[in-house]
Amino acid sequence: MLEVKDLHVTVEGSEILKGLNLTVNPGEVHALMGPNGAGKSTLSAVIAGKDGYEVTSGEVLFEGKNLLEMEIEERALAGILLGFQYPVEIPGVKNIYLLKAALNAQRVARGEEEIPAPEFMKLVREQLSFMKMDGSFLQRAVNEGFSGGEKKRNEILQMLVLQPKLAMLDEIDSGLDIDAMKVVAEGINSLRNADRAILMVTHYQRLLEHIVPDRVHVLVDGRIVKSGDKNLAHELEARGYEWVLEESAA
Amino acid sequence: MASQEMEELVSREYTQGFVTDIESDTVPPGLDESTIAFISNKKGEPEWMLEWRLEAYRQWLTMTTPSWAHLDYPPIDYQAISYYSAPKKDEDRPQSLDEVDPKLLETYEKLGIPLHERAALAGVAVDAVFDSVSVTTTFKDKLAEAGVIFCSISEAIREYPELVRQYLGSVVPQGDNYFAALNSAVFTDGSFVYVPEGVECPMELSTYFRINAANTGQFERTLIVCDKRAQVSYLEGCTAPQRDENQLHAAVVELVALEDANIKYSTVQNWYPGDENGKGGIYNFVTKRGDCRGDRSKISWTQVETGSAITWKYPSCMLRGKDSVGEFYSVAVTNGRQQADTGTKMIHIGEGTRSTIISKGIAAGRSDQAYRGLVKVGPRAKNARNFTQCDSLLIGDRCGAHTFPYQEIGNNSATVEHEATTSKIGEDQLFYCKARGISEEDAVNMIVNGFCKDVFQELPMEFAVEAEALLNVTLEGAVG
Ligand SMILES: Nc1ncnc2c1ncn2[C@@H]1O[C@H](COP(=O)(O)OP(=O)(O)OP(=O)(O)O)[C@@H](O)[C@H]1O
Ligand SMILES: [Mg+2]
Repeated sequence: MLEVKDLHVTVEGSEILKGLNLTVNPGEVHALMGPNGAGKSTLSAVIAGKDGYEVTSGEVLFEGKNLLEMEIEERALAGILLGFQYPVEIPGVKNIYLLKAALNAQRVARGEEEIPAPEFMKLVREQLSFMKMDGSFLQRAVNEGFSGGEKKRNEILQMLVLQPKLAMLDEIDSGLDIDAMKVVAEGINSLRNADRAILMVTHYQRLLEHIVPDRVHVLVDGRIVKSGDKNLAHELEARGYEWVLEESAA
Repeated sequence: MASQEMEELVSREYTQGFVTDIESDTVPPGLDESTIAFISNKKGEPEWMLEWRLEAYRQWLTMTTPSWAHLDYPPIDYQAISYYSAPKKDEDRPQSLDEVDPKLLETYEKLGIPLHERAALAGVAVDAVFDSVSVTTTFKDKLAEAGVIFCSISEAIREYPELVRQYLGSVVPQGDNYFAALNSAVFTDGSFVYVPEGVECPMELSTYFRINAANTGQFERTLIVCDKRAQVSYLEGCTAPQRDENQLHAAVVELVALEDANIKYSTVQNWYPGDENGKGGIYNFVTKRGDCRGDRSKISWTQVETGSAITWKYPSCMLRGKDSVGEFYSVAVTNGRQQADTGTKMIHIGEGTRSTIISKGIAAGRSDQAYRGLVKVGPRAKNARNFTQCDSLLIGDRCGAHTFPYQEIGNNSATVEHEATTSKIGEDQLFYCKARGISEEDAVNMIVNGFCKDVFQELPMEFAVEAEALLNVTLEGAVG
């Protein structure tokens, strides 16, 4: 589904990704770990199409299509959704309005009718209660005054409504209390199916206890230096990154 | 996104620019006492009115054009302007839409204002001003039943001379400022509203001002009087055809609210701003002032400004009555090379007076805008309160927004709060929306409309919808 081949990316003159390779197949959950500043957020931003990143060489294919030639919104409409680490506030724009606009953009792109209001409300209310969120969140401005944890839940709510093919989540577990972590994990788990892939950036094993990954990758200094199954995450939790660095240097 | 792309996005052609060819009966350009006598005579005015105009003219002659820090425009040649223009058949004005010049109706069509539909569907009485003469007035009966007078100012001068004489110039005196003096001397039309004691006007009143004949300055005069415990909501909307020469518009609007009266005045203004270089746009120098004369009276100004090459406008409130309330809600959008210097003045005179100012400025392209607000609290205005919030949103990096809040507090029991923010349209906000599949154009509209929400919610329903649409058109551009 997603193929990243020998990707080199420069930000403001310095090379951040230095030949990164990653393949994600439908139905898989991948966890991306690694020390601060390694380039994890950079990778998800480049896949989503954020400005300011210069791809100097390499390829990113999504379902065989060259992602790097697509606009941000085209990538989203193709089924790639990025859950933000720090979701931005948009004053005056109701949360429900953004949700509806996003869902309708998808439907229109697929040549479908816009969703009728009652159907939309039903859908949103279901997912809202699944995320244990109060109905008032729909009427509030996007992320405005939301607590850190509420913002994260809201990101997952959007995923549940928009049903992406590839969900990318950047540190969705940061700032969550224990209960919220469970709710968010349940939300993500409910997205798991044979056709969908999930790419999660995280620093902690804790999230991976709730969402058991198929693959775990260690990103160091712009490259994936080690990949393994869920046990790799345990090992990292226990031993840190030093040994991986030494191993890869050797 | 690169700021250049951003600018392409917000640049757009004026979609309502076209010229209707209706034969005008126009006086030659120039201004002297005989021009004023001609206008007064043409309007069938009484002697006192002509005297009043001449008085204003003589004051104007002694005044000089004001100069402002944030506006830059070539001097206006007042002798090159024609001060009167009317559709040809002035004598037999149409009594119904069937009698209206089809070309005019066509014009409304192009503007997206199907007059009859709008009027019928929205239950709005429309006193449409086309050039300088009211062409059609509807819903008169319903208003008459309620005792509300809504007619052109010329008609009011003929039919209700006592009322006009009592209130005209009582809020904006003839010599108030350069443009008000000029307007007082040569105004040719505008609206008059009188809502009698205890009457709640049964419908929203609306006037469309348009500018049509080439080289014709527009000098509208609007006078709205709300008697004790009366209420009215008045809507003003403007569009103008595209053309090459700058056109001067110097309107005066006077509002009078007596005891417990409530006036809501909403404007959506979409005049031609000129081409990319600022050529051909409207110069808009307007004096709008409300007088809360009675205790507990309230005047609320709401405006959405998207047009004009140059705008100079400060709707203000004189809060004389005890516990009277003034409000100002404004959205100003400038693009291209537009310049806007707007704001408000809240003059607290009476005890317990309150005012609220919410100003939202959006600057794009190479435009420049300034908010200039004065909150003045007089010595008798015990416990006066003001809250001001000015937010500016910049689109691209070649535009500017400036805020000049002035406060003159002559009473230490007053509470005056001011908040101001300036932000760039968030790249992060745009990315967030686009990463959810929303197109750039929709995302910009969404963010800008969200930014303006506090003001839009003050507009009457249909006007709010129109305002949002207008904003979207203003920011529409060459995406993709
Ligand atoms: N806009 C930018 N300007 C300059 N440097 C940048 C920019 N964006 C990212 N970088 C740099 O790129 C490197 C990788 O950043 P990135 O955010 O991808 O790391 P990360 O792996 O997500 O780290 P963390 O675990 O701390 O979130 C860092 O050194 C960062 O400072
Ligand atoms: Mg990161």
